[in-house]
Amino acid sequence: MNHPDAPQQQALSNAWQNWWRFSRNPTAVIGAIIVITSVALAVFAPLIVPFPDHIGAFVDFRNRSQPPSAAHWFGTDNVGRDIFSRVIYALRVSLILPVVVLGIAIPVGVTLGLLAGYFGGWTEIVIMRITDIALAIPPLVMALAVAAVLTPSLTNSMLAIALLWWTWHTRLIYGITRQLRSQEFVEAAETLGASKSHILFREILPNCVSAIAVKTSLDAGFVILIGAALSFLGLGIQPPTPDLGTMVASGASFLPDFWWQSVLPGCAILFVALGFNLLGDGLRDLFDVEDVR
Amino acid sequence: MTALLSVQNLSVSFTTYGRTAQVLHNVSLDVPEGAQIALVGESGSGKSVTMKTIMGILPIPPARIEGGAVLFDGRDLLTMPERDRQRLRGTAMSMVFQDPMSSLNPVFTIKDQLGTILKYADRRLGRDRNTRARLARVHEVLAQVRMRDPERVAAAFPVQLSGGMRQRVLIAMALLSEPRLLIADEPGTALDVTTQAQILKLLKDLVRENRLALLMITHNLGVVRETSAYTYVMNKGRIVEHGHTAALFDAPRDAYTRSLIAAVPRLTGREA
Amino acid sequence: MEFLGFLTRRLMWSILVLLGLSIVIFTIARVVPGDPARMALGPSASAAQVADLQEALGLNEPMVAQYGLFLAGLAQGDLGRSLLTEQSVNADIAKTFPATLELVICTIIFAFVFGIPLGVVAARWKDRWPDNLVRALAIGSAVMPSFFLALLLQILAGYVLNILPTTGRLPASMDFDATITGLILVDSLLTGRLDVFAQAARHLLLPTLALGLATMGQIARITRASMIDVSRQDYIEAARAFGVPDRLRMFKYMLRPAFVPPLTITGLEFASLIGNAFVVELIFSWPGMASYGIRAITQKDLNAIMGVVMVSGAFFVFVNLLIDVLVGVVDPRVRIRGGRA
Repeated sequence: MNHPDAPQQQALSNAWQNWWRFSRNPTAVIGAIIVITSVALAVFAPLIVPFPDHIGAFVDFRNRSQPPSAAHWFGTDNVGRDIFSRVIYALRVSLILPVVVLGIAIPVGVTLGLLAGYFGGWTEIVIMRITDIALAIPPLVMALAVAAVLTPSLTNSMLAIALLWWTWHTRLIYGITRQLRSQEFVEAAETLGASKSHILFREILPNCVSAIAVKTSLDAGFVILIGAALSFLGLGIQPPTPDLGTMVASGASFLPDFWWQSVLPGCAILFVALGFNLLGDGLRDLFDVEDVR
Repeated sequence: MTALLSVQNLSVSFTTYGRTAQVLHNVSLDVPEGAQIALVGESGSGKSVTMKTIMGILPIPPARIEGGAVLFDGRDLLTMPERDRQRLRGTAMSMVFQDPMSSLNPVFTIKDQLGTILKYADRRLGRDRNTRARLARVHEVLAQVRMRDPERVAAAFPVQLSGGMRQRVLIAMALLSEPRLLIADEPGTALDVTTQAQILKLLKDLVRENRLALLMITHNLGVVRETSAYTYVMNKGRIVEHGHTAALFDAPRDAYTRSLIAAVPRLTGREA
Repeated sequence: MEFLGFLTRRLMWSILVLLGLSIVIFTIARVVPGDPARMALGPSASAAQVADLQEALGLNEPMVAQYGLFLAGLAQGDLGRSLLTEQSVNADIAKTFPATLELVICTIIFAFVFGIPLGVVAARWKDRWPDNLVRALAIGSAVMPSFFLALLLQILAGYVLNILPTTGRLPASMDFDATITGLILVDSLLTGRLDVFAQAARHLLLPTLALGLATMGQIARITRASMIDVSRQDYIEAARAFGVPDRLRMFKYMLRPAFVPPLTITGLEFASLIGNAFVVELIFSWPGMASYGIRAITQKDLNAIMGVVMVSGAFFVFVNLLIDVLVGVVDPRVRIRGGRA
C-alpha cells in the first residue's frame, strides 16, 4: 500500500521481526544475557564490589587462601584479598581489550577490504598481499615480539593484537565487496555518477553490516582469550591491578590445593568469551550470514 | 489398452510454517506404453510436485498425499511397500534431472557415479554384474546418447564436460537399467537454445529406438509442440485441459490454455 | 597442467609473503626505541663494551644495509647469532623446533581423526541430541582459554588421578636422541625402541589434548556445516532418486565434496594454533620453540625473537601450501581449473 509512513513502518516491522526471531534462539539469548551482565558488572564494579579495597595492594595474612565461603564467594588469594571482587574488577580490563582492539581493527580492516574489493587491480594486489603476510603471523607471537621490544603493558598488548587483527576484517569485507561489485545496484549508482566514496560507504557498506556485526561479536570473544593468554604470560597489565589472566597464572602455583585461586578467574574468562561466542552465533543465524567465522 | 502410468485423482497438500495449502487438486493423467506425453504449466503450477509424487521423491513430512492413486503397470505406487517401490525407481521408471550443472557430483568421475547407480539398481533387480560388465554398460549407455568418445567421457569429471554433454550424461543415467518410462524434468532449460534442440532431438530418437514412454515436464510450449503427441495443461494444481498436441494448439478450449498459447511470441509474420 | 601452474604461483606468492614477513619483523626489531647492544649487555657494561658490540652486530650500518645483511643471512639459512646464548639462532631453533613440530602434527591428526566423524554424526542427526552435543563441545572448546585447559588437564590427569605425565617429552630417566627426523615417535619406531615410543606417546597425550580440543571442535563444526550444505545439493537428491542407499550416500558421496572446507579453515587457523602451542608448551614444559622464544623475549634477545617469528611464519606458509595441494587432490574442480574454487 502507498501509505505515507510505509518506509518507517517497514523498518519497524523488520526490527520487530528480527527481535522476534532472535528471542526464539535460546543460545543467542543466553549469549546476550551473559554479555550484558558482564558489561554491567564491569561498568558498575566500583559500586557493587563487596571488598573494594582489596583491588589494589592490600594484604591480610590472617585471611589468606581461604576457600569459597559466604563471606568470600570466590575465596581469597594468597595474600588475603577477596577474589570475587578482584575478578569483577578484572572484567573491566578484559572488556576494554576488545573495545580498543576492535575499535582500531574494524575501521581499518573494513576500509581496506572495501578498497581492495572495489577497485581491484594494484590496490587489490597490494592490500591482499599485506593481509596475507599479516595472517601468517600468529597474533600471540606478534604480541610477544612487540612486548619484548617495548615493555610489557596493556597498551602494548592491545597495540600488537590490533596490528594483526584488521586482516580478518579486510578479508571478510573484501570477499563481500567483490561479490557485490558486479551487482546491479552498484552499477546503477555508478551510471548515475555517484562518487566512489558514496558507492563504497553508502551502497556497499550497509550490505556488510550484518557480517561485521557477527564477526565483531565473535572477535570480541577471541580477543579476550588472547588478552588473557598474554597476561597469563606476564605481558599484560601489571600487578597489583587485577587481571584475569594474571590471576590464573599466580594461582597456578597453588594448584590443586587452593584451586579456587586459579580456576575461578579462569572460569570467568571462559564465561565472558562464551557469552560473546553465543551472541555471535545467534546473530549469524539471525542474519543468515554464512562465511563469517 | 491400459496406460503404463496412470495418475488418478491425485491430491497433495503442503504444510509450511503451520499453514497448509492444497497443491494438487484431483490431478489425472495417463501415459500409454511408448507414448510421448507433455505436462505443461508455469512455475508454481504443481508439475514438479506431480512428478516428484510419481517418482516417490516427494518429502513426506511437509507434503501429504490427500488422495488418489498412481498406477504403474496396474499397481498403485502410493500403497506399495517401499521396498517394491524402490525396485521400480531408477529401473522401470527413471528420471532425467533438470540441471546438468548441479545434478552431478563434482568430485567423482562419470563412470564412478553411473557405475554406482547401476550397481544398486542391479542389486534391487537381483541381477549380478561384475565391475567390468558394469563399466561396459556405462560405455554402452553413453554411446546411446551419442557421445563420440564414451570411454573418455566416462573417465572424466563433470567439470571437464560441457553443459550439453552433462545433460546427455543425465539422460544416460536414466537409461542405465532399461526403463520403460522416462520422466524428463525441463530437459535442456539450463542450456542454450541450440544445445537444447539437440537434446530434445536425442530424446525423441531414444524414445523411438527403445520404445520408451516419455513424460516431459516443461513450461516451454515450443518444446511441447516438437516432442509430444499428447499434452496436459496444468494451472494452480489442476489439469485444466488435455488433448492431442496439434489439436490442442489449434483449438484450445480453456481460457488459461489459450492465454498460454497466446503468450508465445510469433516469429512468423502470419496469423496463427 | 593448470594445477601445477596454480601451485607455482602460490609458491611465488608464499616467497613474497615470507619476504614481507622478514621486513616486518626486521622493522619491529630494529626500528624501535632501545639499543640492542645495550640491552644485551645490561646496564652495568661500559660504553666501550657497548660500542664494541654495536660494531660487531653491525648496528652502525644504515638500516637498509642491516636489512640486506639479515636477508643475505636468511637466504643461507642463517638467522644470525643469538645475543644471549652466543650461539647461532639457527642451531638453537633447529634443536627446539622438532619438539614443536611433533606436537603440532599430533594435534592436527587428533583434531581431524576425531573432528571429522563428529561433524558427520552431527550433520546426520541434525538438531537432535548428538548434534547438540557436538555443537556444545565445539563452542565449549572454542571459548576455553588454551592455558586454562592445559592447567586443568595437568591437574586432573597428572596430579589428581596421577595417570599421565605432565612435563617434558620423555621421563627424566630416559635418554633418547631423535637424530633421524627429530620426531621422537617416528625415530623410536625406526630404531626399534618401543619403550621410548610408549613413553613418548604418554607424554604427548595431555599437550595434544590441550592444544587439539579447540581445533577438533572447529573441524567438527565446519564439517557439520559442510555436510549439511552438500546434503542439500541436487546431486545428492538425484542419487537418492536413483536408489543409492543411505549409508553409501552419506560417507562416500557427501564426505568427499564436504572435505574441502575443514581443510581450508585449518590452514587459515594454523597461525592461532602455533600461538596456542606456545602457551601449551610452557605449561607442560615442552622443550619446543616456545620456551626458547619466551626466554628470548624476556631477555630481549632480538635475533632469537626474529628467528622464532620467521620460523612460525614460514611454518604457516608451508602448511597452507600443503593444504592447497591436498585440496587439489580431493577436489577435481580445483585441480582442473587451476585455482581455489
